[in-house]
Amino acid sequence: MSIAAKFEIEYLQYLDQDGKEVGKELPEFAKDLDHMVELYKLMVSTRVFDAKSIALQRTGKLGTYASCLGHEAAHVGIGSAMRREDSLAVSYREYGAQLYRGVKPREVYMYWGGDERGNDFADAPKHDFAWCVPIATQCLHAAGSALAFKIRKEPRVAVCTIGDGGSSKGDFYGAINIAGAQNLPLVAVIVNNQWAISVPRRIQSGANTLAQKGLAAGLFCIQVDGNDIIAVRKAMEDALERARSGQGGSVIEAVTYRLGDHTTADDARRYRGEQEVKDAWDRDPVPRLRKWLEAKGKWDEAKEEAWKAECDDWMDKEVDAYLETKTQPATAMFDYLYAELPADLVAQRDFVASLDRQS
Amino acid sequence: MAQITLIEAVTQALAYEMAHDESVVVLGEDVGVNGGVFRATQGLQEKFGEWRVLDTPLDETTIAGVTVGLAVQGMKPVAEAQFEGFIYPMMEQIACHAARLRNRTRGRMTVPAVWRAPWGGGIRAPEHHSEANEHLFTNIPGLRVVMPSSPARAYGLLLAAIRDPDPVMFFEPKRIYRQYKEEVPDDGEALPLDVCFVLRDGTDVTLVTWGAQVKECLEAADELAQKGISAEVIDVATLTPLDFDTIAESVTKTGRCVIVHEAPKTAGYGAEIAARLSEECLYSLLAPVERVTGFDTHIPLFRLEMKYLPSVERIVEAAQRTLAAS
Repeated sequence: MSIAAKFEIEYLQYLDQDGKEVGKELPEFAKDLDHMVELYKLMVSTRVFDAKSIALQRTGKLGTYASCLGHEAAHVGIGSAMRREDSLAVSYREYGAQLYRGVKPREVYMYWGGDERGNDFADAPKHDFAWCVPIATQCLHAAGSALAFKIRKEPRVAVCTIGDGGSSKGDFYGAINIAGAQNLPLVAVIVNNQWAISVPRRIQSGANTLAQKGLAAGLFCIQVDGNDIIAVRKAMEDALERARSGQGGSVIEAVTYRLGDHTTADDARRYRGEQEVKDAWDRDPVPRLRKWLEAKGKWDEAKEEAWKAECDDWMDKEVDAYLETKTQPATAMFDYLYAELPADLVAQRDFVASLDRQS
Repeated sequence: MAQITLIEAVTQALAYEMAHDESVVVLGEDVGVNGGVFRATQGLQEKFGEWRVLDTPLDETTIAGVTVGLAVQGMKPVAEAQFEGFIYPMMEQIACHAARLRNRTRGRMTVPAVWRAPWGGGIRAPEHHSEANEHLFTNIPGLRVVMPSSPARAYGLLLAAIRDPDPVMFFEPKRIYRQYKEEVPDDGEALPLDVCFVLRDGTDVTLVTWGAQVKECLEAADELAQKGISAEVIDVATLTPLDFDTIAESVTKTGRCVIVHEAPKTAGYGAEIAARLSEECLYSLLAPVERVTGFDTHIPLFRLEMKYLPSVERIVEAAQRTLAAS
């Protein structure tokens, strides 16, 4: 028998679910414990931010919101590995990555609170994409970004994140396919949280791993424990380095679990069992890293309480800033449609302006 | 000065802009070595290299989405949809992203991209190669929908489309790709994207059209002239945003209007123009507005396609009906 192709997918993990090292030598960044504390703190602040968002929604101060509960290691791992000049194209719940890159909580609140200005990042890189609700379409924006970097010979990488469900879409495959064909600096991260609203991972694909989808495109592929930030960060660093140095793109599957509902409009109890969720909480990424840092003597209960209090203050200020933001004039719906308002739309805009004056 | 066809004018505009703006890139299926199946990109890869004239994988969705990414990151991509009938997989990227990124990011991200597509029927092509579906795009806010009808307008409008800071659909009527030649100076002069072109002055009836039907309308105007009827012919050229003023001014003068287009009648773009006339020019109208269009059927395979497309005869009859009405 002759073999035309053969493959295997590596699974990467450094910390087990109890925060114990599995025996693999830690990467360089993880030996810098102060840096690891910073990453942990962002995971905690992301969780505090998320809880605040849900509270805002439950009290009628936010529209539908997509929670990131349980994804903190994956998201912070992705964001913290990137350089500012790299470009990030997310779906709609990757706040941990975005907060690291300078997106403000108030901007997230504004977006889910019905105000387009949330997408006009003040401090985050201007070349980072806005939230992308249509599934998987952002992967092609990242591929196009990677193509622009390649054409201009810039040492930059385009990163996109996508869910397990999103990896079923042609846009995802189109993005990794052109990245392989043109050797583009693209890193596609499948944040596999097991559920696409109510549809479980097994219904999305018959493949053993979602990472292996990248093999068909000619990309480097790896599956990592998405609740182990060291594994996510390490896979990201390697993928970014390969892409930046012209060695091609990657698909990383970060295996995690959506501990919350799909969005605040969803009730996950309708379609998944209590035991499964309970088991998933045992793999929660936040206490895992905390235990590891505590064992290293870098974290303790007092620090935890102090940091959470700081996060509460931070989020309170962000919520205040959000709630104090006045609604845009209704004419704003016209003012960013084209670079200049076409003459044919002036009458419609004037009419809307008159409605605003009456109200 | 050389005389060139409409498709050669497309090539000339692409080459001019690529030579003068290195952020302009061309991408699509077969646009590279082959120069496009209609030869619109002939010679461009040789001249500008394979990173500025890119053959892509055979996936329209990929072409459309990558175009958005390129444009957001500062390039000016000109993507080719090989045929209008293959453009449907591109529509999500165009409608959900290209047309709304500026708006949804309050101007932070813009998509200065052009999607070119050979458009319409009449060349005895296989199935799915003859569609006219501009009306599916004219209803999308944030887009410009442009259709040239002569070599000079193809050159000037395509330059304008590439330079425009917003996304533009540039539909090329392939039936007249090589219909005639005219002198088109390669001077880099763009035409405005916010005007309709009055191609022939007249006083009795206004023929409003775009794309390949401009030819039939001009011929109909000749025939009508022989019957003593003076027809004004307007090439809309940029369908959205529309220069309705030029149409309104003409119809106010003539009191009669025939709208001619290749796409199906119901909810075609002619319906929009007719509605605007009834809203804004009703008291100037001397006769009901007529529409001469494709039928509410699929364009037939090529043995019957000329029965589907608006003919000079149908346009002349419609114009005569408007005159008979008053």
